[in-house]
Amino acid sequence: MSDNKNKITQANHEFSFPRRDFLKYSAAAAAVAGAFSMGLPFGAFAGEATPKPGGVLRLGLAGGSTTDSKDPGSWSDTFTFVGFSAVYNTLTEIAVDGSAIPELAESWTSTPDARVWTFKIRQGVTFHNGKTLTAEDVVASIQHHLGEKSTSAAKTVLGDVAKVSANGSDSVVFELHSGNADFSYVVADYHLAIMPSKDGAADWQAGAGTGGYRLKDFEPGLRMTLERSPDYWKPGRAHFASAELIAISDGAARVNALVTGQVDVINKVDLKTVALLKRNPNLVIEETKGAQHYTFPMLTDSQVFLNNDVRLAMKHAINRETLLASVLHGYGLVGNDHPIQPGSRFINTALEQRTYDPDKSRFYLKKAGLDSLKVRLQASDAAYTGAVDASVLFKEQARAAGIEIDVVREPADGFFSNVWMKQPFTTSFWYSSLTADRMFSIGYAKGAAWNETHWDNPRFNQLLNAARGEMNDPLRREMYNEMQALCRDEGGAIVPLFASSVAARSNRVVHGGQTAPYGELDGLRVIERWWQA
Amino acid sequence: MRSIFKLLGQRLALGLLSLFAVSVIIFLAVGMLPGDIAQAMLGQSATPETVAAYRAQLGLDLPPLTRFGHWIWQLLHGDLGVSLANQRPIAELVGSRLGNTFSLALLAALVSVPLALCLGMLAALYRNSWFDRLLNTSALSAVSFPEFFVAYILILVFAVKLNWFPSISNLAPDASLGTVLERSVLPVATLSLVVIAQMMRMTRASLINLLASPYIEMARLKGISQSRIILRHALPNALAPIVNVVALNLAYLVVGVVVVEVVFVYPGLGQLLVDSVAKRDIPVVQACSLIFAATYILLNTSADVLSIASNPRLMHPKG
Repeated sequence: MSDNKNKITQANHEFSFPRRDFLKYSAAAAAVAGAFSMGLPFGAFAGEATPKPGGVLRLGLAGGSTTDSKDPGSWSDTFTFVGFSAVYNTLTEIAVDGSAIPELAESWTSTPDARVWTFKIRQGVTFHNGKTLTAEDVVASIQHHLGEKSTSAAKTVLGDVAKVSANGSDSVVFELHSGNADFSYVVADYHLAIMPSKDGAADWQAGAGTGGYRLKDFEPGLRMTLERSPDYWKPGRAHFASAELIAISDGAARVNALVTGQVDVINKVDLKTVALLKRNPNLVIEETKGAQHYTFPMLTDSQVFLNNDVRLAMKHAINRETLLASVLHGYGLVGNDHPIQPGSRFINTALEQRTYDPDKSRFYLKKAGLDSLKVRLQASDAAYTGAVDASVLFKEQARAAGIEIDVVREPADGFFSNVWMKQPFTTSFWYSSLTADRMFSIGYAKGAAWNETHWDNPRFNQLLNAARGEMNDPLRREMYNEMQALCRDEGGAIVPLFASSVAARSNRVVHGGQTAPYGELDGLRVIERWWQA
Repeated sequence: MRSIFKLLGQRLALGLLSLFAVSVIIFLAVGMLPGDIAQAMLGQSATPETVAAYRAQLGLDLPPLTRFGHWIWQLLHGDLGVSLANQRPIAELVGSRLGNTFSLALLAALVSVPLALCLGMLAALYRNSWFDRLLNTSALSAVSFPEFFVAYILILVFAVKLNWFPSISNLAPDASLGTVLERSVLPVATLSLVVIAQMMRMTRASLINLLASPYIEMARLKGISQSRIILRHALPNALAPIVNVVALNLAYLVVGVVVVEVVFVYPGLGQLLVDSVAKRDIPVVQACSLIFAATYILLNTSADVLSIASNPRLMHPKG
């Protein structure tokens, strides 16, 4: 019995490393990534367990909708992410250690200023419809998301791309507006699935990819059935003979389906019931730490928060530990008022953790020439489950610092179009990004479409541009360290929490022992990476 | 007999008119919701340019009257249009789900209607006995609980503890009849528990009313058996109110089962409607609403016609 209990929580151990050791470990990870690109079989690193082929994987997933479609530009939630990640491949793949490794691109090079990137396309790969993969397919698949008329969710991800073209049949050249050292990570985005081209355009209607599984049946909002592609090019992957994804939007129904054995894996476990599930010896909780973070954005150009001392007063008035325990039931990490998650390659480990300190908060208020402060917080659970509760807790904690927070509950419908970024103080959330550059560029850069605090810090913006084109890693690290400090000490966002994504699996299915430290369900690759017990 | 056809024709014409009114109201109501499909689909990641491109692609920048006219024109040609969200033909989208919804409703009706009528008759026959009281108490308690609660209790007992039936009704398109029946047991039981009470109480009440009338007294004095009195003499006259309640409950089984669909992951029409409203997918919302409205109108019309047909005074009005 006690043995079982020990096995039950297999979180990503990467995050329990003492911070000082972290650099060492990520260096080791880079060496592993190097080995991958030299063409060693993937299975060699799967750990002690040997994958067993065959069987059916049944997933009960939240995040499926009747409005889902096969068009990669429209994929917007877990169901399509996980399902189509098994059908399609991308140019690069993010390994379990968080580094970019070759997938349909065999190798890549860039100019020293990181402005022009050339990807060499893997030869002898065929799509499920029989077509052979060429550079032309890659160009068409990328162009699907570009251009004035594109409605793709990945349009902003590719905002840097000026031109993409084929160079012969086996290499593709990306020209960027400005250098981006992380571009090999950008093309790993699941939206950038490589599809066969037809008359020069990407043929998404065919539903044919180069991945480990063929799309057998897809009924949006209900189910997707996949069967193993017999000639999958990638060795040591895609062990299940078939997979079935069932859309289950109700949290209790998902748990019931797992407990009664109708599905093998579920995502988004209700944190209130995790403790009960843990008692079941046949189930294992899978926690991905730092998968997303919650923010309280303060508009830095609003009358109330114009003065940075007021923002600092707010940042010291929140008790992160209490929020972690009550809103997340401990399934997360405390934030330090910047958006870089503790598992990131570029986390600033020297930055001191900000704590709850009402005295300091009063001090900053006084410095701003105020005795007390009254602000209105427009909160909605559209941001995350528990956002309103977190706001009310914050209100109670801030009272000790002489700050009166008036919590106004806003309807979830239309919150992000009508309240967020329009009102001075709101609730919000972000999926953590694999690269520091992307996170800073979309949420903190001047003029970015989702700069949720209207922040305009010249030093930060200058560093962001410099770091993006910097190929020298230590130098880049230094820049990102300073940027995290700037966010923490001058930015407009209070980042109190990093939330884990919590999934659960039956012990009928297993994995290599370590899962990807981002997104959910092993970096969305659960179907091709796990196998039957 | 001719009057029946005339009546039917009138009712159907009125029904069509109501359907048109419903579609106008739906179109206006969805238009009044904040945001549109472009914003709803793109969510937090909606930039002004992407939203504009989306709207132009779907023709949402056309005036509302043009869009409505276009939709009605297509509908009159038997074309429900395509979903704005994923470009699939709505007929295909609705088709299998409509079948599922109707088969669930049919199964629930096959279980609950005869059961409710029998129980109602027995309760009327043995009124004020412990049997009658037990029946009333349990039926009323079942209907007082919210249906998701009833559903969860059934799942807890029959799926989690006893493991007799599956907790979710995941129906694959090629499922055999046996599988469909097995997976429908819990949803059907939930729905039946929710609808039985009203039909049973109505049967009981209208029968008790009649059983006190002089002609029943006469029949009793003639020495006719209890069952014959109820089935032959009382029931035909009690039919009108019962048929009305049954029709209302049948309509509920088709249009009001979203919660049950969600809890049991049953692939019915309700979930499609909810998703489409959330995403502002107007053509799908209109198609679903039309189907629901048509169901209501048809069932109510048949209830009216049946209650008239069962009443000779209404069937053969003087002069």
